[in-house]
Amino acid sequence: MSDTTTFTLEVLRYNPESDDVPHAESFSVPYQEDWVVLDALNWVKDNVDGSLTFRWSCHMAVCGSCGMMVNNEPVLSCKAFLRDYLKDGKGTITVGALKNFPVEKDLVIVMDSFMEKLEAVKPWIIRTTEKPVEEGTFIQLPKQLKRFKHHTSCINCLLCYAACPQVGLNPGFIGPAALALAHRYNLDSRDQGKDLRKDVTASEYGVWECTFVSACSEVCPKDVEPAGAIQEQKIESSIDWALDHLIPGRKAR
Amino acid sequence: MDVIETDIAIVGAGGAGLRAAIAAAEADPSLSVTLLSKVYPMRSHTVAAEGGAAGVAKAEDSLDHHFNDTVSGGDWLCDQDAVDFFVAQAPKELIRTEHWGCPWSRTPDGKVAVRPFGGMKIERTWYAADKTGFHLLHTLFQTSMKYPSVKRLDEVYTTDLLIEDGRIAGVLAHEIRSGKPMVILARSVIICTGGAGRVFPFTTNGAIKTGDGMAMAFRAGVPLKDMEFVQYHPTGLPGTGILISEAARGEGGILVNKDGYRYLQDYGMGPPDPWPRKKAMELGPRDRLSQAFWQEQQKGRCIDSKWGDVMHLDLRHLGEAKIAERLPFIRDLALSYVGVDVVNAPIPVRPVVHYTMGGIHTDITAGTPVPGLYAAGECACVSINGANRLGSNSLTELLVFGAVAGRNAAAHARGVPMPSHTNALAQADGHRKRVVALLERSKGTESVVGLRTALNDTMETGCGIYRTEDSLRATVETLAVLKTRFANVAIDDKSGVYNTDLTGAIELGNMIEIGETMALSALQRTESRGSHQRLDHPARDDAAFLKHSMAHRVEGEAPRVEYRDVVITRSQPAERVYGGEAK
Repeated sequence: MSDTTTFTLEVLRYNPESDDVPHAESFSVPYQEDWVVLDALNWVKDNVDGSLTFRWSCHMAVCGSCGMMVNNEPVLSCKAFLRDYLKDGKGTITVGALKNFPVEKDLVIVMDSFMEKLEAVKPWIIRTTEKPVEEGTFIQLPKQLKRFKHHTSCINCLLCYAACPQVGLNPGFIGPAALALAHRYNLDSRDQGKDLRKDVTASEYGVWECTFVSACSEVCPKDVEPAGAIQEQKIESSIDWALDHLIPGRKAR
Repeated sequence: MDVIETDIAIVGAGGAGLRAAIAAAEADPSLSVTLLSKVYPMRSHTVAAEGGAAGVAKAEDSLDHHFNDTVSGGDWLCDQDAVDFFVAQAPKELIRTEHWGCPWSRTPDGKVAVRPFGGMKIERTWYAADKTGFHLLHTLFQTSMKYPSVKRLDEVYTTDLLIEDGRIAGVLAHEIRSGKPMVILARSVIICTGGAGRVFPFTTNGAIKTGDGMAMAFRAGVPLKDMEFVQYHPTGLPGTGILISEAARGEGGILVNKDGYRYLQDYGMGPPDPWPRKKAMELGPRDRLSQAFWQEQQKGRCIDSKWGDVMHLDLRHLGEAKIAERLPFIRDLALSYVGVDVVNAPIPVRPVVHYTMGGIHTDITAGTPVPGLYAAGECACVSINGANRLGSNSLTELLVFGAVAGRNAAAHARGVPMPSHTNALAQADGHRKRVVALLERSKGTESVVGLRTALNDTMETGCGIYRTEDSLRATVETLAVLKTRFANVAIDDKSGVYNTDLTGAIELGNMIEIGETMALSALQRTESRGSHQRLDHPARDDAAFLKHSMAHRVEGEAPRVEYRDVVITRSQPAERVYGGEAK
């Protein structure tokens, strides 16, 4: 802790009560080899300016609160080590709110739209009849679990929305995380709700908006593979479309 | 001030709050449920639980075994009627989460797999790899969306409970994004705000775990029970305090000191072989393992690392395939935060504050002494955890008692009228002055970080794994001073929009009060039991202290600690036995 090397943390700040547009503010922060960007932000908040505003909680990359742009890339700030951005503890790191979202204040984004999209895909098990608790658990073979397991790992950190060019162009696009979650339930052997989710996932705001740049999967800190989930849904949607046209009356569910 | 009327208000949207919301919605869809949380539900700290959730699953296991493990693990401070209820409900609640889609790990034939945990006679820990809390929380959150009667108020910070004629009337809160105060009038209120690990400096707990609900209930006259019992988890990463799940030992990991020696055999946990073996060595209970670390530290047998004293948790013999399947998150965390690939090298670990056994006094109905007020999860003390919680009982506890709280809050709401606006608003105005004072005080002499550091330091120094009268007395005195100094705290941020400086200051006030109940209850318990170890009173004293401590708030003074009998139904206090002699 005796290391006195300092680096520059340049934070894009915005307070809607006093600012018309965001502005950069630089802080000189002591470098610690073990520190992540979130530690540096907390150091500033504790020692320089208590009004610096950002979300965080777990500090172990699972609560999904602390996503932000670091050197213009969307990352979890609790897992972005200073040493990976600096040389000998010196230099500049820039930090800003996640792209493609309105900014509430400083590094805090408005995420109402995401919460609505999440709910829109009906991310819960849908069954025609509920299984009574007395009958015990469903049988689900390891290979059936494996089919969707990776898509269950999403922490809703929204890095994929910040990386996705389509989210930037079309704010209505359901987007990677929510579409991957829909696919996760569709693939679950316990679920029977695929047709109900299709109203949203195959709509004009659904999978067809995706241009398969795969930026979402690249920035995903949990290997959820949203890009793959969306492509698989496109294929299923195409097959459905073809069958609907080949077999009269099939579309009625 | 805006007023929202609701039948049931739930404060906290982690595992317990979400389970309560679902239970209330299912009990009576005509009742309105308002779910308030200072964070979005998926940020709640349930997310960080790793190893699993306990519930009898195997034919050779039984509810009696789960009961006995829990009661002896808790050093007989558990209320046995509550434990009986808990173990009976546990499998049903876990089955429900399976029906809701929780991706439980499976056996080759497609049944839910279970793993052993510390202090457990037969394996009964259901797990979803090593991210069980994450999967449970997201399953509950996503499932909660299908109930139209559940309305969420995300990022709304509750500061106070409102009471009318001795019964609950609602809560005072403010919307974090606007700073706008609001009164939520409610027939029933359920507190599900989690624990208070942040009172300590080195903890697995996320930043949000500041014991807000405990402090609110305490201020409203509800006693806090067994607050001296704070669990140290034996294996946290040095530096950050990140949790390395007990599942790592459940799957066969071993702990060694600087000589490569499995030191737990010297502390009543041996013999070391055969291994793995239940209720022995690394599968002993958390209190004993954390205490063994401290003892080794006194003998100079820890490993000297750049983060200070550590022990080594060695998983190498498990092999890469098993680690990838069962412990992928542990592998990722160790690699990221201490630069260790667990496949090739041992993990440096040390004990870390993990869980608050004590909390808001509730009974088996999840009810508090205030009619209409319920509490569930880590913020509550039923008590099924006694003096030391067994690993994997807490996720199940939030399901079982979250559901109970939701159902009972619904039943209560049906039978009482909506509280009056006039009374609630008058009370809310009074409470709101505290918040406004923080915003308006421009010449404060104290900073949030200064007081928080002082609080953390005194809790660790005086109220840690081992305690003495002198250490506790010094901490109690320091805390009394901190309470006074808090009246002069000033914040930098005066804005209405998303003011985390303000919420941080309110949280600090809550934590100082909670720290005081912990230290004072610890000072007055002149015995050693479970996680509460007194160097000056090393023996358990059932004659004097087979009792719950009940800390009551006294305005302007230190809390008053009273005692309440433990409910003993069928297991008389005995010696806790682990290792070769364990039953």
